[in-house]
Amino acid sequence: MLLEVKGLSVNYGHIEAIRDISFGVAEGTITTLIGANGAGKTTTLKTLSGLRKVREGKVTFDGKDITDLSPERRVKLGISQSPEGRGCFPAMTVRENLDMGAYVRSDRKSAAYAQDLDRVYELFPRLKEREKQAAGSMSGGEQQMLAIGRALMARPKLILLDEPSMGLAPKLIQQIFSIITEINQQGTTVLLVEQNAAQALKRSHEAHILETGEIVRSGSGKELAGDPAVKAAYLGGDV
Amino acid sequence: MEFLLHHFFELTISGLALGSIYALVALGYTLVYGVLQLINFAHSEVFMYGTFAVAWVFVFIGGKESSSSGLMAALPTLLLALVVAMLVSGGVALALERIAYRSLMKRNAPKLIALISAIGASFALSEAMGLRDKFAGWFGLDDNLANYVSKPRDIYTLPVTVNPHGLFTLGDYRVTDVDVLVIVSALLMMVGLDQFIRRTRFGRGIRAVAQDPESAMLMGVNSTRVVQLTFFVGGLMAGAAATLYMLNIGFTRQDAGFLLGVKAFTAAVMGGIGNLRGALLGGLVLGVAENWGAAVLGTGWHDVVAFVLLILILLFRPSGLLGDALGKARA
Repeated sequence: MLLEVKGLSVNYGHIEAIRDISFGVAEGTITTLIGANGAGKTTTLKTLSGLRKVREGKVTFDGKDITDLSPERRVKLGISQSPEGRGCFPAMTVRENLDMGAYVRSDRKSAAYAQDLDRVYELFPRLKEREKQAAGSMSGGEQQMLAIGRALMARPKLILLDEPSMGLAPKLIQQIFSIITEINQQGTTVLLVEQNAAQALKRSHEAHILETGEIVRSGSGKELAGDPAVKAAYLGGDV
Repeated sequence: MEFLLHHFFELTISGLALGSIYALVALGYTLVYGVLQLINFAHSEVFMYGTFAVAWVFVFIGGKESSSSGLMAALPTLLLALVVAMLVSGGVALALERIAYRSLMKRNAPKLIALISAIGASFALSEAMGLRDKFAGWFGLDDNLANYVSKPRDIYTLPVTVNPHGLFTLGDYRVTDVDVLVIVSALLMMVGLDQFIRRTRFGRGIRAVAQDPESAMLMGVNSTRVVQLTFFVGGLMAGAAATLYMLNIGFTRQDAGFLLGVKAFTAAVMGGIGNLRGALLGGLVLGVAENWGAAVLGTGWHDVVAFVLLILILLFRPSGLLGDALGKARA
């Protein structure tokens, strides 16, 4: 397992946001957390990036205990995130945002860096066109592409994607998901959090269903997509 | 009115000189506000410590005897004083961040609490300077320090009076080398800062925290470092302002920071708090307007003009002349 979460509990103020959850993300996979609003998906990702304090439990990444590491150290180890709501820096240009993604890298003048930039521009040609435009002036879809591209600029082993389809037109959602698959095929492990369960399950190797802070079901993407209870609750099902 | 017309260039140039000092101090308010949405009310004391550092460097080099010299002769000492004052002010700003703010921020204290803490720190710093000879006495330093430390609460004068030397004529005013030095060096500092914020990695980190602190952390920006850096850079600018102030005004006191701090804060708000270029514009406008106003209404109205102008500008442009905060503006 590239990432292993054991008995993780996190409080949000005095409220228990996630309770004793355990799951793993195998190297090379797309793993998805599905759940309704407030189920604790975003809290889980924020905790994995080090923005929330762990109350109990343990997180291991690449064989290393990262439970109490700073966000900075985690990015350096190879975990980067495209947050919920994109979190682009609105007054920075597209290029500056991408450079921010590589903030912890010390090789910003190297050929490898230029290559990574090219790779992001190949995945999202739109970003190349808008290189000098302020991120705040772009559409939601373009900002989503930027947020993912920015996370890739850290050269992550594991990329965390929080609701990449949120607020996007159906056609764009298709496009974003196929790019996620492509990123995964290029060798980056993906942990995806989604409300759009149909698309997410179709594309993920492994999935977990989160309800009010607890994991209630786990299985392969196909298995869960075919499960009647899951269908009823998350796929607007045909039960 | 006639006085203003006859002395237009003189008033304008000296207003610009004063205004560039306001602007340098205003940068400290605006930087910290941009990153933390917090008014660092103790920033005036950061400036005041710089003015004393300048005076002490001059006393250390040339003794306490008063003398006068031209700008060129005083320049080496002045440069040394600039470096020392920037470091002293930068150091005070760092200490302030550590002692008065960080633990409050860590616990997510409301901004109002941090504001009160800042006001408290401001009084403490100012009074500590007022008691400087007592402190020296406690450490058995009074004999050694007698040369550097004046009686508490006295005006502390720069021993060297720098006589301005006319360079060229503008209208009927001879622009002096001191005028040029003050205005040009302040502008250079600000251009340097602007480039630092726009072009360097750390500058990008500062802007990132200002625009979206949580996203910045996800990129691996160490926000504590960024906050420290912001305070320090603001302190450096205040130290530079202190040097130019001592060159221009020639004396200081433990409460010298108060009015200047209020003016610089006014300049920052007038230009649009959080906006670096706004601080520059606000400072210059304030300095010139004060001088013009005082010429028309009498010197007693100097400060009245400044604050009436602030109110008028905010009535018509509530977010200041250049509006947007550090986060939203591209600076």
